[in-house]
Amino acid sequence: MPDAIVAEGLVKRYGDVVALDGMGLTVPEGSVFGLLGPNGAGKTTTVRILTTLLRPDAGHATVAGFDVVRDADRLRAHIGVSGQYAAVDDHLTGAENLEMVGRLHHLGTRRSRERARELLDRFDLTGAADRPVRGYSGGMRRRLDLAGALVAGPPVLFLDEPTTGLDPRARIGLWKVIAELVAGGTTVLLTTQYLEEADRLADRIAVVDHGRVIALGTADELKDQVGGDRIQLSVTSTASLESAARTLAPLAAGDMRIDAAALRLTIPVAGGAAALTEALGRLAAERITVRDAGLRRPTLDDVFLSLTGQRADEKTEEIA
Amino acid sequence: MNTLRLAVADGVTITKRNALKIRRAPDLLGGVVMLPIVFVLLFTYVFGSMISLPGMSYAEYMLPGIFVMTITTSAQITGYTLTQDLQKGIFDRFRTLPMSPSAVLTGQTLSDLIMNVTSIVTMTLVGLLVGWRVHTSPLEALLGFLMLLLFAYAFSWVTATVALALRTPEVFNNVATLVSLPLVFLSNAFVDSARLPGPLRPIAEWNPVSTLVQAARELFGNTSPAVPAPAAWPLRHAVPVSLLWSVLLLAVFVPLATRLYKRAVSR
Repeated sequence: MPDAIVAEGLVKRYGDVVALDGMGLTVPEGSVFGLLGPNGAGKTTTVRILTTLLRPDAGHATVAGFDVVRDADRLRAHIGVSGQYAAVDDHLTGAENLEMVGRLHHLGTRRSRERARELLDRFDLTGAADRPVRGYSGGMRRRLDLAGALVAGPPVLFLDEPTTGLDPRARIGLWKVIAELVAGGTTVLLTTQYLEEADRLADRIAVVDHGRVIALGTADELKDQVGGDRIQLSVTSTASLESAARTLAPLAAGDMRIDAAALRLTIPVAGGAAALTEALGRLAAERITVRDAGLRRPTLDDVFLSLTGQRADEKTEEIA
Repeated sequence: MNTLRLAVADGVTITKRNALKIRRAPDLLGGVVMLPIVFVLLFTYVFGSMISLPGMSYAEYMLPGIFVMTITTSAQITGYTLTQDLQKGIFDRFRTLPMSPSAVLTGQTLSDLIMNVTSIVTMTLVGLLVGWRVHTSPLEALLGFLMLLLFAYAFSWVTATVALALRTPEVFNNVATLVSLPLVFLSNAFVDSARLPGPLRPIAEWNPVSTLVQAARELFGNTSPAVPAPAAWPLRHAVPVSLLWSVLLLAVFVPLATRLYKRAVSR
């Protein structure tokens, strides 16, 4: 299968700040590629370079066979972009927004109008088609923005944090739409800070930090990299959290994670369910009350922690 | 040829988009229709009741000044709208489309020209109500209106340049007010520049606003034999010098704004 997106050694500096430091990725046609990382990791800069909005200081990239710098003009007819700031015009209606994009794609007046109606219908916006976008909800704006990216039916679609700031229902609605597009053969590059989103949508995931890919693989491959199952349990007091940590230390196959605020322990273990039984037995012997306990597969959050030494959300706060 | 056709088609699309915006935005529409009405009435009745000129009414003398003040104010909408659009993602959308990159600025300035036509029509009607009259041939009057519009269009590119350099609506508004107030009032728009004291006089006489106001007065016939004609060189050749100013502003600020636009959006 040919590759829809190839990027090698992309570098972008803003003064002393290095936004991209040798970023590289390959996305086969018809697949979904997830760029996962905290704010400031270089996800948006990568998307801006691949969509011709920004020139890299070094490295090169091709999208749909076109060089993003040399063939930028021709490439633009083959991509769709939907960003984290919905690029829609407040004073225009939903239909007018999409018709404008169609005309700027040179589809002609009649075809632009037809296409706008098709997309509004598909994104459940027909009822709001002739209302100014100013009155739209966040989820509706995001759907309209995504519709705008699809006007010319592009083979490659870039979605920069498509669900950031959306409520859970709107997010799940958007996930459904993206899944349909992919089923139709569109190649998608998606950036997200939500581990669940990458897990759910992406065929392959690149974990990005400090402008570089630090890990690459399917969600399962990445989870396997950090070892086996986790026991996760919560207790009723800080004192029992400490004694539980002490009691269970011999069972841990890796670094134990102690969340003092939530009174929760996460312990990587080797033995699966048997380890959980063993752990609960030891805690009972020490008379430590367990509020909640379970065994789970590693999440992408664990992947992130083991790769960067920080949890994704902590990292985000630190940078913001 | 194909590139040019593309640029024109895209320019028209963007112009339509901006015209729709103006129609739907009450603040912009207020600036276009209400402000000129307020200007004409306020200046005619407040200053007009205090100032008298030999051989002509103050309304006749002042209305060309109001025309120029209003179009320089309206031209700032170009800059203001650009800074607002810069804050949103809309330019990113435009730049990922296979459209002519020049269309964004030509579309913006052209829609503002349409707006300025609306302003001038409004002011003309209100002006006629308060006693302003055209005393020249229809051809000269038409030339006067076209000259005002050409200057307004050129000035839109100036405000576009300033806006793209400053980037935020708040900063732009402050700077635009700070620059446009002295530009309009340090001129012959409301007073005779020859009677200004010391260093203010040459500034007012060489101010392009003065030249344009004088040219408009001549082309509309709002002069009086009893009011002495200005002696300063640019004011003695007001019509050609006004046209020269407009052409000069376009020659400098069209390329400058285009370059700044590319820089502003590729961050």
